Amino acid sequence: RETVMEPVRDPARGSHRPRIPRPRKGERPRCALTEGVVGWHPLYPGHIPTSPLQKALLAAGSAVMALYDPYRHDMVAVLGETTGCLALPNLRDKMRNHPEGYRILRERPRIRLSTLDMARLQGLPDGSLGREYVRFLEDNKVSPDTRMPPKFVDDEELAYVIQRYREVHDLMHTLLGMPTNMLGEVVVKWFEAIQTGLPMCVLGAAFGPVRLSTRKLQVLATELVPWAIRSGLNASCVLNVYYEQRWEQPVESLREELGIFPPPAVRV
Amino acid sequence: MAAVRLCRCRCRALLSRPAGALRARRGLAAGPEMHFGFQTVTEEERREKIYQVFENVAKKYDVMNDSMTLGIHRVWKDILVHKMNPCPGTLLLDVAGGTGDIAFRFINYVRSVRQRQLQRKLKHHQNLSWQEIFESYQKDEFNSLGNSQVVVCDINREMLEVGKQKAQHLGYSEGLSWVLGNAEELPFDDDKFDVYTIAFGIRNVTRIDLALQEAYRVLKPGGRFLCLEFSHVSNPLLSRLYDLYSFQVIPVLGEVIAGDWRSYQYLVESIRQFPPQEELKAMIEDAGFFKVDYENLNFGIVAIHSGFKL
Repeated sequence: RETVMEPVRDPARGSHRPRIPRPRKGERPRCALTEGVVGWHPLYPGHIPTSPLQKALLAAGSAVMALYDPYRHDMVAVLGETTGCLALPNLRDKMRNHPEGYRILRERPRIRLSTLDMARLQGLPDGSLGREYVRFLEDNKVSPDTRMPPKFVDDEELAYVIQRYREVHDLMHTLLGMPTNMLGEVVVKWFEAIQTGLPMCVLGAAFGPVRLSTRKLQVLATELVPWAIRSGLNASCVLNVYYEQRWEQPVESLREELGIFPPPAVRV
Repeated sequence: MAAVRLCRCRCRALLSRPAGALRARRGLAAGPEMHFGFQTVTEEERREKIYQVFENVAKKYDVMNDSMTLGIHRVWKDILVHKMNPCPGTLLLDVAGGTGDIAFRFINYVRSVRQRQLQRKLKHHQNLSWQEIFESYQKDEFNSLGNSQVVVCDINREMLEVGKQKAQHLGYSEGLSWVLGNAEELPFDDDKFDVYTIAFGIRNVTRIDLALQEAYRVLKPGGRFLCLEFSHVSNPLLSRLYDLYSFQVIPVLGEVIAGDWRSYQYLVESIRQFPPQEELKAMIEDAGFFKVDYENLNFGIVAIHSGFKL
Protein backbone atom coordinates (compact mmCIF):
# COMPACT_ATOMS: atom_id res chain seq x y z
CA ARG A 1 0.00 0.00 0.00
CA GLU A 2 1.52 3.29 -1.01
CA THR A 3 0.61 6.78 0.10
CA VAL A 4 1.79 10.08 -1.25
CA MET A 5 3.62 12.29 1.22
CA GLU A 6 1.22 14.55 3.07
CA PRO A 7 1.78 18.23 2.40
CA VAL A 8 2.72 19.95 5.63
CA ARG A 9 1.29 23.37 6.21
CA ASP A 10 4.02 24.98 8.15
CA PRO A 11 3.89 28.76 8.50
CA ALA A 12 7.40 28.72 9.92
CA ARG A 13 8.70 27.56 6.58
CA GLY A 14 6.04 29.10 4.39
CA SER A 15 2.85 27.42 3.30
CA HIS A 16 4.62 25.92 0.36
CA ARG A 17 3.60 22.40 -0.42
CA PRO A 18 6.31 20.11 -1.68
CA ARG A 19 5.58 20.01 -5.38
CA ILE A 20 5.67 16.28 -5.85
CA PRO A 21 3.03 15.20 -8.35
CA ARG A 22 0.83 12.24 -7.52
CA PRO A 23 1.85 9.30 -9.65
CA ARG A 24 -1.08 8.20 -11.78
CA LYS A 25 -2.02 4.55 -11.69
CA GLY A 26 0.11 2.61 -14.10
CA GLU A 27 2.32 5.57 -14.93
CA ARG A 28 5.56 4.29 -16.35
CA PRO A 29 8.85 5.83 -15.39
CA ARG A 30 10.23 8.41 -17.77
CA CYS A 31 13.58 6.80 -18.32
CA ALA A 32 14.82 3.38 -17.26
CA LEU A 33 18.30 4.76 -16.97
CA THR A 34 17.40 7.10 -14.16
CA GLU A 35 14.89 4.98 -12.29
CA GLY A 36 15.70 2.76 -9.35
CA VAL A 37 16.42 -0.78 -10.39
CA VAL A 38 14.31 -2.24 -7.60
CA GLY A 39 12.20 0.81 -6.82
CA TRP A 40 13.29 3.36 -4.30
CA HIS A 41 12.92 1.47 -1.04
CA PRO A 42 15.91 0.16 0.90
CA LEU A 43 16.13 -3.63 1.06
CA TYR A 44 18.47 -3.92 4.03
CA PRO A 45 19.94 -1.55 6.64
CA GLY A 46 22.38 0.76 4.93
CA HIS A 47 21.03 0.08 1.44
CA ILE A 48 20.96 3.07 -0.91
CA PRO A 49 18.86 2.29 -4.00
CA THR A 50 20.49 3.60 -7.17
CA SER A 51 19.55 3.90 -10.80
CA PRO A 52 21.65 2.32 -13.58
CA LEU A 53 23.00 5.75 -14.48
CA GLN A 54 24.05 6.36 -10.90
CA LYS A 55 25.72 2.96 -10.73
CA ALA A 56 27.67 3.69 -13.90
CA LEU A 57 28.78 7.07 -12.57
CA LEU A 58 29.69 5.54 -9.22
CA ALA A 59 31.71 2.79 -10.88
CA ALA A 60 33.66 5.28 -12.98
CA GLY A 61 34.11 7.78 -10.16
CA SER A 62 35.17 5.23 -7.57
CA ALA A 63 37.65 3.63 -9.98
CA VAL A 64 39.32 6.97 -10.62
CA MET A 65 39.30 7.93 -6.95
CA ALA A 66 40.66 4.55 -5.83
CA LEU A 67 43.59 4.90 -8.22
CA TYR A 68 44.18 8.53 -7.27
CA ASP A 69 44.07 7.89 -3.52
CA PRO A 70 44.76 4.25 -2.60
CA TYR A 71 43.84 4.95 1.01
CA ARG A 72 40.19 5.38 -0.01
CA HIS A 73 39.21 1.81 0.81
CA ASP A 74 35.58 2.84 0.67
CA MET A 75 36.02 3.57 -3.04
CA VAL A 76 37.37 0.09 -3.66
CA ALA A 77 34.34 -1.29 -1.85
CA VAL A 78 31.94 0.87 -3.90
CA LEU A 79 33.65 -0.23 -7.11
CA GLY A 80 33.18 -3.85 -6.10
CA GLU A 81 29.49 -3.35 -5.42
CA THR A 82 28.66 -1.42 -8.56
CA THR A 83 30.50 -3.75 -10.93
CA GLY A 84 29.65 -7.05 -9.32
CA CYS A 85 26.23 -7.54 -10.89
CA LEU A 86 27.33 -10.60 -12.88
CA ALA A 87 29.93 -12.10 -10.59
CA LEU A 88 27.93 -11.91 -7.38
CA PRO A 89 25.02 -14.07 -8.58
CA ASN A 90 27.58 -16.62 -9.81
CA LEU A 91 29.23 -16.67 -6.41
CA ARG A 92 25.90 -16.99 -4.70
CA ASP A 93 24.97 -19.93 -6.91
CA LYS A 94 28.29 -21.62 -6.18
CA MET A 95 27.51 -21.25 -2.51
CA ARG A 96 23.98 -22.53 -2.87
CA ASN A 97 25.14 -25.66 -4.68
CA HIS A 98 27.63 -26.60 -1.97
CA PRO A 99 26.43 -28.05 1.37
CA GLU A 100 28.71 -25.90 3.51
CA GLY A 101 28.12 -22.81 1.38
CA TYR A 102 24.38 -23.35 1.58
CA ARG A 103 24.60 -23.48 5.36
CA ILE A 104 26.54 -20.21 5.38
CA LEU A 105 23.87 -18.54 3.24
CA ARG A 106 21.17 -19.73 5.58
CA GLU A 107 22.87 -18.99 8.88
CA ARG A 108 24.55 -15.76 7.76
CA PRO A 109 27.54 -15.80 10.14
CA ARG A 110 29.46 -12.57 10.59
CA ILE A 111 33.15 -12.27 11.42
CA ARG A 112 33.62 -9.39 13.79
CA LEU A 113 35.29 -8.74 17.11
CA SER A 114 32.02 -9.05 18.97
CA THR A 115 31.36 -12.54 17.58
CA LEU A 116 34.91 -13.85 17.81
CA ASP A 117 36.20 -15.30 21.06
CA MET A 118 39.68 -13.80 20.81
CA ALA A 119 40.92 -15.34 24.03
CA ARG A 120 39.98 -18.82 22.88
CA LEU A 121 41.56 -18.32 19.47
CA GLN A 122 44.79 -17.08 21.01
CA GLY A 123 44.88 -20.17 23.20
CA LEU A 124 44.79 -22.51 20.20
CA PRO A 125 48.00 -24.29 19.15
CA ASP A 126 50.39 -22.62 16.71
CA GLY A 127 49.66 -23.45 13.11
CA SER A 128 45.91 -23.70 13.65
CA LEU A 129 43.67 -21.42 11.64
CA GLY A 130 42.40 -19.52 14.67
CA ARG A 131 45.85 -18.88 16.13
CA GLU A 132 47.35 -17.82 12.80
CA TYR A 133 44.38 -15.56 12.07
CA VAL A 134 44.73 -13.75 15.38
CA ARG A 135 48.48 -13.50 14.81
CA PHE A 136 47.82 -11.97 11.40
CA LEU A 137 45.42 -9.41 12.89
CA GLU A 138 47.92 -8.44 15.58
CA ASP A 139 50.99 -8.33 13.32
CA ASN A 140 49.33 -6.15 10.73
CA LYS A 141 47.29 -4.15 13.23
CA VAL A 142 44.00 -4.71 11.45
CA SER A 143 40.57 -5.50 12.75
CA PRO A 144 37.70 -7.39 11.13
CA ASP A 145 35.36 -4.56 12.08
CA THR A 146 36.70 -2.11 9.53
CA ARG A 147 35.00 -3.76 6.59
CA MET A 148 32.49 -1.48 4.89
CA PRO A 149 28.90 -2.68 4.87
CA PRO A 150 27.42 -2.92 1.38
CA LYS A 151 25.35 0.04 0.17
CA PHE A 152 24.72 -0.25 -3.54
CA VAL A 153 23.91 -3.93 -4.03
CA ASP A 154 20.26 -4.21 -4.99
CA ASP A 155 19.64 -7.67 -3.61
CA GLU A 156 19.63 -8.58 0.02
CA GLU A 157 21.25 -12.00 -0.39
CA LEU A 158 23.93 -10.71 -2.75
CA ALA A 159 24.64 -7.98 -0.21
CA TYR A 160 25.41 -10.71 2.29
CA VAL A 161 27.60 -12.53 -0.24
CA ILE A 162 29.74 -9.46 -0.79
CA GLN A 163 29.84 -8.80 2.93
CA ARG A 164 31.04 -12.37 3.51
CA TYR A 165 33.66 -11.95 0.81
CA ARG A 166 34.97 -8.82 2.56
CA GLU A 167 35.05 -10.44 5.96
CA VAL A 168 36.80 -13.53 4.62
CA HIS A 169 39.49 -11.38 2.97
CA ASP A 170 41.65 -11.38 6.09
CA LEU A 171 41.40 -15.15 6.23
CA MET A 172 42.65 -15.20 2.65
CA HIS A 173 45.71 -13.35 3.83
CA THR A 174 46.18 -15.95 6.53
CA LEU A 175 45.71 -18.91 4.19
CA LEU A 176 48.02 -17.48 1.57
CA GLY A 177 50.50 -16.23 4.13
CA MET A 178 50.55 -12.71 2.69
CA PRO A 179 50.95 -9.50 4.78
CA THR A 180 48.88 -6.35 4.26
CA ASN A 181 51.54 -4.36 2.41
CA MET A 182 50.96 -3.39 -1.21
CA LEU A 183 52.68 -6.48 -2.58
CA GLY A 184 50.74 -8.85 -0.33
CA GLU A 185 47.45 -7.18 -1.20
CA VAL A 186 48.12 -7.49 -4.93
CA VAL A 187 48.87 -11.20 -4.58
CA VAL A 188 45.65 -11.76 -2.65
CA LYS A 189 43.77 -9.76 -5.29
CA TRP A 190 45.10 -12.06 -8.03
CA PHE A 191 43.94 -15.06 -6.07
CA GLU A 192 40.55 -13.53 -5.41
CA ALA A 193 40.15 -12.43 -9.02
CA ILE A 194 40.50 -16.03 -10.18
CA GLN A 195 38.30 -17.36 -7.41
CA THR A 196 35.45 -14.86 -7.47
CA GLY A 197 35.61 -13.22 -10.89
CA LEU A 198 34.68 -9.88 -9.30
CA PRO A 199 35.70 -7.09 -11.69
CA MET A 200 36.97 -5.06 -8.74
CA CYS A 201 39.49 -7.83 -7.95
CA VAL A 202 40.52 -8.04 -11.58
CA LEU A 203 41.06 -4.27 -11.73
CA GLY A 204 42.89 -4.30 -8.42
CA ALA A 205 45.11 -7.13 -9.61
CA ALA A 206 45.83 -5.37 -12.89
CA PHE A 207 46.37 -1.82 -11.60
CA GLY A 208 47.67 -2.50 -8.11
CA PRO A 209 51.21 -3.22 -9.29
CA VAL A 210 51.65 0.24 -10.85
CA ARG A 211 52.76 1.60 -7.50
CA LEU A 212 55.36 -1.08 -6.83
CA SER A 213 59.12 -0.85 -7.26
CA THR A 214 60.83 -2.82 -10.06
CA ARG A 215 62.37 -5.31 -7.66
CA LYS A 216 59.01 -6.11 -6.14
CA LEU A 217 57.42 -6.26 -9.58
CA GLN A 218 59.98 -8.86 -10.55
CA VAL A 219 59.24 -11.02 -7.54
CA LEU A 220 55.57 -10.55 -8.23
CA ALA A 221 55.75 -11.55 -11.86
CA THR A 222 58.14 -14.46 -11.55
CA GLU A 223 57.07 -16.16 -8.34
CA LEU A 224 54.00 -14.82 -6.62
CA VAL A 225 51.46 -14.25 -9.38
CA PRO A 226 51.98 -17.63 -11.10
CA TRP A 227 51.56 -19.31 -7.73
CA ALA A 228 48.46 -17.27 -6.94
CA ILE A 229 46.94 -18.11 -10.33
CA ARG A 230 47.70 -21.81 -10.03
CA SER A 231 46.28 -21.92 -6.52
CA GLY A 232 43.24 -19.91 -7.52
CA LEU A 233 42.43 -22.20 -10.41
CA ASN A 234 43.09 -25.36 -8.44
CA ALA A 235 41.31 -24.43 -5.24
CA SER A 236 37.64 -24.95 -4.61
CA CYS A 237 35.54 -21.87 -3.82
CA VAL A 238 36.93 -20.25 -0.69
CA LEU A 239 33.55 -18.81 0.24
CA ASN A 240 32.22 -22.32 0.72
CA VAL A 241 34.19 -22.80 3.92
CA TYR A 242 32.54 -22.28 7.27
CA TYR A 243 35.65 -20.78 8.84
CA GLU A 244 33.99 -20.16 12.17
CA GLN A 245 33.69 -23.91 12.69
CA ARG A 246 37.27 -24.67 11.67
CA TRP A 247 39.38 -22.56 13.99
CA GLU A 248 41.11 -25.66 15.41
CA GLN A 249 42.01 -27.01 11.97
CA PRO A 250 45.71 -26.56 11.06
CA VAL A 251 46.28 -24.05 8.26
CA GLU A 252 48.30 -26.61 6.27
CA SER A 253 45.47 -29.09 6.39
CA LEU A 254 42.94 -26.47 5.30
CA ARG A 255 45.19 -25.43 2.42
CA GLU A 256 45.43 -29.02 1.28
CA GLU A 257 41.71 -29.54 1.59
CA LEU A 258 40.97 -26.45 -0.47
CA GLY A 259 43.71 -27.04 -3.00
CA ILE A 260 45.92 -24.03 -2.30
CA PHE A 261 49.57 -24.75 -3.06
CA PRO A 262 52.19 -23.92 -0.39
CA PRO A 263 53.33 -20.26 -0.69
CA PRO A 264 56.73 -19.67 -2.36
CA ALA A 265 59.65 -19.01 -0.04
CA VAL A 266 60.11 -15.30 -0.76
CA ARG A 267 60.08 -12.40 1.67
CA VAL A 268 57.02 -10.29 0.96
CA MET B 1 3.61 -2.06 8.27
CA ALA B 2 4.51 1.62 8.27
CA ALA B 3 3.21 3.68 5.39
CA VAL B 4 5.61 3.73 2.51
CA ARG B 5 6.00 7.09 0.86
CA LEU B 6 6.06 7.44 -2.88
CA CYS B 7 7.73 10.49 -4.32
CA ARG B 8 8.10 11.81 -7.79
CA CYS B 9 9.57 9.30 -10.21
CA ARG B 10 12.97 10.90 -10.49
CA CYS B 11 13.43 11.57 -6.78
CA ARG B 12 13.18 9.38 -3.70
CA ALA B 13 12.98 9.23 0.07
CA LEU B 14 16.07 8.52 2.11
CA LEU B 15 14.34 6.00 4.31
CA SER B 16 10.98 4.39 3.97
CA ARG B 17 9.83 5.14 7.49
CA PRO B 18 8.92 8.71 8.39
CA ALA B 19 9.94 8.95 12.03
CA GLY B 20 7.22 11.43 12.85
CA ALA B 21 4.43 9.23 11.52
CA LEU B 22 5.76 6.24 13.45
CA ARG B 23 5.80 8.22 16.67
CA ALA B 24 2.28 9.48 16.11
CA ARG B 25 1.16 5.92 15.68
CA ARG B 26 2.65 5.07 19.05
CA GLY B 27 0.76 7.97 20.57
CA LEU B 28 3.90 9.77 21.72
CA ALA B 29 4.27 13.53 21.58
CA ALA B 30 5.66 14.14 18.14
CA GLY B 31 6.25 17.86 18.16
CA PRO B 32 5.59 19.93 15.07
CA GLU B 33 6.29 18.04 11.89
CA MET B 34 8.93 19.38 9.55
CA HIS B 35 10.79 18.39 6.44
CA PHE B 36 14.29 16.97 6.35
CA GLY B 37 14.73 16.58 2.64
CA PHE B 38 11.82 14.32 1.73
CA GLN B 39 11.48 12.81 5.20
CA THR B 40 9.12 14.08 7.87
CA VAL B 41 10.78 14.67 11.23
CA THR B 42 10.19 16.72 14.35
CA GLU B 43 11.77 20.13 14.80
CA GLU B 44 14.38 18.90 17.23
CA GLU B 45 15.30 15.94 15.01
CA ARG B 46 15.66 18.25 12.06
CA ARG B 47 18.08 20.51 13.88
CA GLU B 48 20.18 17.55 14.99
CA LYS B 49 20.24 15.94 11.56
CA ILE B 50 21.26 19.16 9.87
CA TYR B 51 23.96 19.76 12.45
CA GLN B 52 25.31 16.27 11.72
CA VAL B 53 25.17 16.82 7.96
CA PHE B 54 27.37 19.89 8.20
CA GLU B 55 29.66 18.32 10.75
CA ASN B 56 30.28 15.51 8.26
CA VAL B 57 30.76 17.67 5.20
CA ALA B 58 32.72 20.56 6.78
CA LYS B 59 36.17 19.49 5.67
CA LYS B 60 35.15 18.78 2.09
CA TYR B 61 32.60 21.58 1.85
CA ASP B 62 34.56 23.80 -0.51
CA VAL B 63 35.78 20.97 -2.72
CA MET B 64 32.24 19.68 -3.05
CA ASN B 65 30.87 23.13 -3.86
CA ASP B 66 33.36 23.46 -6.67
CA SER B 67 32.65 20.06 -8.12
CA MET B 68 28.88 20.22 -7.82
CA THR B 69 28.52 23.65 -9.37
CA LEU B 70 31.61 23.41 -11.58
CA GLY B 71 32.95 26.47 -9.84
CA ILE B 72 29.91 28.60 -10.64
CA HIS B 73 29.12 29.14 -6.97
CA ARG B 74 32.08 31.52 -6.90
CA VAL B 75 30.39 33.69 -9.50
CA TRP B 76 27.13 33.67 -7.54
CA LYS B 77 28.91 34.81 -4.41
CA ASP B 78 30.77 37.49 -6.33
CA ILE B 79 27.48 38.79 -7.70
CA LEU B 80 26.05 38.92 -4.19
CA VAL B 81 28.90 41.04 -2.89
CA HIS B 82 28.76 43.30 -5.96
CA LYS B 83 25.07 43.79 -5.39
CA MET B 84 25.84 44.67 -1.79
CA ASN B 85 28.37 47.24 -3.01
CA PRO B 86 29.73 47.89 0.48
CA CYS B 87 31.68 51.03 1.23
CA PRO B 88 34.51 51.14 3.76
CA GLY B 89 33.20 51.37 7.30
CA THR B 90 30.39 48.89 6.73
CA LEU B 91 29.64 46.40 9.46
CA LEU B 92 28.51 43.12 7.93
CA LEU B 93 26.91 40.17 9.65
CA ASP B 94 27.30 37.00 7.60
CA VAL B 95 25.02 34.35 9.07
CA ALA B 96 25.57 30.66 8.30
CA GLY B 97 28.82 31.97 6.94
CA GLY B 98 30.71 28.84 7.95
CA THR B 99 33.73 28.61 5.72
CA GLY B 100 33.91 32.34 5.15
CA ASP B 101 33.36 32.69 1.41
CA ILE B 102 31.20 35.82 1.65
CA ALA B 103 33.34 37.33 4.40
CA PHE B 104 36.54 37.04 2.36
CA ARG B 105 34.89 38.49 -0.72
CA PHE B 106 33.54 41.36 1.37
CA ILE B 107 37.01 42.12 2.68
CA ASN B 108 38.52 42.00 -0.80
CA TYR B 109 35.84 44.32 -2.18
CA VAL B 110 36.13 46.82 0.64
CA ARG B 111 39.90 46.74 0.40
CA SER B 112 39.86 47.60 -3.29
CA VAL B 113 37.31 50.37 -2.79
CA ARG B 114 39.46 51.69 0.04
CA GLN B 115 42.54 51.56 -2.21
CA ARG B 116 40.85 53.77 -4.74
CA GLN B 117 39.69 56.13 -2.00
CA LEU B 118 43.20 56.37 -0.60
CA GLN B 119 44.69 56.94 -4.02
CA ARG B 120 42.32 59.83 -4.61
CA LYS B 121 43.13 61.19 -1.17
CA LEU B 122 46.86 60.97 -1.80
CA LYS B 123 46.47 62.81 -5.09
CA HIS B 124 45.04 65.71 -3.20
CA HIS B 125 47.82 65.56 -0.64
CA GLN B 126 50.70 65.69 -3.07
CA ASN B 127 51.64 69.16 -1.87
CA LEU B 128 52.29 67.92 1.72
CA SER B 129 55.82 67.40 3.03
CA TRP B 130 57.22 63.91 3.81
CA GLN B 131 56.90 64.65 7.51
CA GLU B 132 53.24 65.51 7.25
CA ILE B 133 52.45 62.43 5.16
CA PHE B 134 54.23 60.23 7.72
CA GLU B 135 52.29 61.80 10.56
CA SER B 136 49.01 61.16 8.81
CA TYR B 137 49.87 57.43 8.78
CA GLN B 138 50.14 57.55 12.56
CA LYS B 139 46.64 58.88 12.75
CA ASP B 140 45.53 55.61 11.14
CA GLU B 141 43.54 57.41 8.54
CA PHE B 142 44.97 54.99 6.06
CA ASN B 143 43.52 51.86 7.54
CA SER B 144 43.32 49.48 4.60
CA LEU B 145 39.80 48.39 5.41
CA GLY B 146 38.48 51.74 6.46
CA ASN B 147 37.23 50.22 9.71
CA SER B 148 34.95 47.76 7.93
CA GLN B 149 34.22 44.66 9.91
CA VAL B 150 32.58 41.35 9.18
CA VAL B 151 31.17 39.03 11.81
CA VAL B 152 30.86 35.43 10.60
CA CYS B 153 28.19 33.64 12.55
CA ASP B 154 27.46 29.92 12.22
CA ILE B 155 25.67 27.36 14.34
CA ASN B 156 28.20 24.64 13.50
CA ARG B 157 31.55 24.55 15.22
CA GLU B 158 33.20 22.42 12.54
CA MET B 159 32.31 24.84 9.77
CA LEU B 160 33.69 27.75 11.77
CA GLU B 161 36.92 25.84 12.39
CA VAL B 162 37.34 25.23 8.68
CA GLY B 163 36.63 28.92 8.05
CA LYS B 164 39.21 30.07 10.59
CA GLN B 165 41.86 27.80 9.12
CA LYS B 166 41.05 29.04 5.64
CA ALA B 167 41.40 32.64 6.83
CA GLN B 168 44.79 31.89 8.30
CA HIS B 169 45.87 30.04 5.18
CA LEU B 170 44.76 32.83 2.84
CA GLY B 171 46.16 35.57 5.03
CA TYR B 172 43.01 37.30 6.24
CA SER B 173 43.63 38.64 9.71
CA GLU B 174 41.96 41.97 10.38
CA GLY B 175 38.30 42.85 10.21
CA LEU B 176 37.11 39.28 10.84
CA SER B 177 35.29 37.86 13.83
CA TRP B 178 34.02 34.30 14.21
CA VAL B 179 30.97 33.77 16.40
CA LEU B 180 29.06 30.60 17.21
CA GLY B 181 25.35 31.39 17.03
CA ASN B 182 21.92 30.30 15.88
CA ALA B 183 20.20 32.28 13.13
CA GLU B 184 16.88 31.88 14.94
CA GLU B 185 18.29 33.47 18.08
CA LEU B 186 21.28 35.68 17.33
CA PRO B 187 23.64 36.58 20.18
CA PHE B 188 23.71 40.23 19.13
CA ASP B 189 21.98 43.37 20.28
CA ASP B 190 19.35 45.31 18.31
CA ASP B 191 20.22 47.76 15.56
CA LYS B 192 23.83 46.80 15.22
CA PHE B 193 24.68 45.87 11.64
CA ASP B 194 24.64 47.66 8.33
CA VAL B 195 24.20 44.55 6.20
CA TYR B 196 22.98 41.04 6.97
CA THR B 197 23.76 38.27 4.52
CA ILE B 198 22.88 34.62 4.53
CA ALA B 199 24.28 32.62 1.64
CA PHE B 200 23.02 29.06 1.12
CA GLY B 201 22.14 28.90 4.77
CA ILE B 202 18.50 29.87 5.17
CA ARG B 203 17.43 26.60 3.59
CA ASN B 204 18.83 24.77 6.59
CA VAL B 205 17.22 26.97 9.19
CA THR B 206 14.36 25.21 10.93
CA ARG B 207 12.18 28.28 11.49
CA ILE B 208 12.72 30.68 8.64
CA ASP B 209 10.26 33.21 10.06
CA LEU B 210 12.29 33.48 13.28
CA ALA B 211 15.51 33.89 11.34
CA LEU B 212 13.97 36.72 9.32
CA GLN B 213 12.69 38.39 12.48
CA GLU B 214 16.15 38.17 14.03
CA ALA B 215 17.65 39.62 10.87
CA TYR B 216 15.26 42.55 11.14
CA ARG B 217 16.12 43.03 14.80
CA VAL B 218 19.89 43.18 14.49
CA LEU B 219 19.95 45.43 11.45
CA LYS B 220 20.29 49.18 11.87
CA PRO B 221 17.53 51.31 10.41
CA GLY B 222 18.49 51.68 6.77
CA GLY B 223 20.24 48.34 6.93
CA ARG B 224 20.02 45.82 4.13
CA PHE B 225 19.05 42.15 4.17
CA LEU B 226 20.51 39.94 1.45
CA CYS B 227 19.78 36.28 0.96
CA LEU B 228 21.46 34.05 -1.62
CA GLU B 229 19.76 30.69 -1.95
CA PHE B 230 18.83 27.91 -4.32
CA SER B 231 15.40 28.53 -5.70
CA HIS B 232 12.93 27.23 -8.22
CA VAL B 233 13.45 26.92 -11.94
CA SER B 234 10.31 27.68 -13.91
CA ASN B 235 11.57 26.80 -17.39
CA PRO B 236 10.31 23.20 -17.84
CA LEU B 237 13.15 21.88 -20.01
CA LEU B 238 15.83 23.37 -17.81
CA SER B 239 13.98 22.16 -14.75
CA ARG B 240 14.14 18.59 -15.99
CA LEU B 241 17.83 18.80 -16.79
CA TYR B 242 18.45 20.37 -13.41
CA ASP B 243 16.51 17.60 -11.67
CA LEU B 244 18.42 14.97 -13.61
CA TYR B 245 21.74 16.48 -12.67
CA SER B 246 20.71 17.05 -9.05
CA PHE B 247 19.36 13.61 -8.34
CA GLN B 248 21.60 11.48 -10.49
CA VAL B 249 24.97 13.18 -10.30
CA ILE B 250 25.25 15.12 -7.06
CA PRO B 251 24.83 12.23 -4.59
CA VAL B 252 27.38 10.26 -6.63
CA LEU B 253 29.82 13.17 -6.34
CA GLY B 254 29.12 13.22 -2.62
CA GLU B 255 29.96 9.54 -2.30
CA VAL B 256 33.08 9.66 -4.45
CA ILE B 257 34.59 12.91 -3.18
CA ALA B 258 33.35 13.17 0.39
CA GLY B 259 32.40 9.54 1.09
CA ASP B 260 28.95 10.73 2.11
CA TRP B 261 25.98 10.01 -0.14
CA ARG B 262 23.25 10.83 2.32
CA SER B 263 24.31 14.39 3.12
CA TYR B 264 24.24 15.32 -0.53
CA GLN B 265 20.97 13.51 -1.05
CA TYR B 266 19.64 15.71 1.75
CA LEU B 267 21.07 18.76 -0.02
CA VAL B 268 19.22 18.18 -3.29
CA GLU B 269 16.00 17.24 -1.52
CA SER B 270 16.11 20.30 0.72
CA ILE B 271 16.44 22.52 -2.34
CA ARG B 272 13.17 21.09 -3.67
CA GLN B 273 11.47 21.68 -0.30
CA PHE B 274 12.44 25.32 -0.02
CA PRO B 275 9.80 27.97 -0.76
CA PRO B 276 9.96 29.47 -4.26
CA GLN B 277 10.94 33.05 -5.00
CA GLU B 278 7.58 34.78 -4.54
CA GLU B 279 6.82 32.96 -1.33
CA LEU B 280 10.16 33.80 0.22
CA LYS B 281 9.61 37.40 -0.83
CA ALA B 282 6.29 37.37 1.04
CA MET B 283 7.94 35.93 4.14
CA ILE B 284 10.61 38.62 4.08
CA GLU B 285 7.93 41.29 3.80
CA ASP B 286 6.11 39.72 6.74
CA ALA B 287 9.19 40.19 8.87
CA GLY B 288 8.96 43.93 8.30
CA PHE B 289 11.36 44.58 5.45
CA PHE B 290 10.57 47.08 2.75
CA LYS B 291 11.41 47.26 -0.92
CA VAL B 292 11.79 43.50 -1.04
CA ASP B 293 12.94 42.22 -4.39
CA TYR B 294 14.63 39.20 -5.89
CA GLU B 295 16.96 38.55 -8.76
CA ASN B 296 17.17 35.17 -10.46
CA LEU B 297 20.58 33.86 -11.40
CA ASN B 298 20.92 31.09 -13.94
CA PHE B 299 17.18 30.92 -14.70
CA GLY B 300 16.21 30.50 -11.06
CA ILE B 301 18.67 27.87 -9.98
CA VAL B 302 19.80 30.52 -7.51
CA ALA B 303 18.05 33.71 -6.40
CA ILE B 304 19.19 36.77 -4.44
CA HIS B 305 16.48 38.30 -2.25
CA SER B 306 17.02 41.79 -0.91
CA GLY B 307 15.12 43.92 1.60
CA PHE B 308 15.62 47.06 3.66
CA LYS B 309 14.85 47.91 7.25
CA LEU B 310 13.45 51.38 7.21
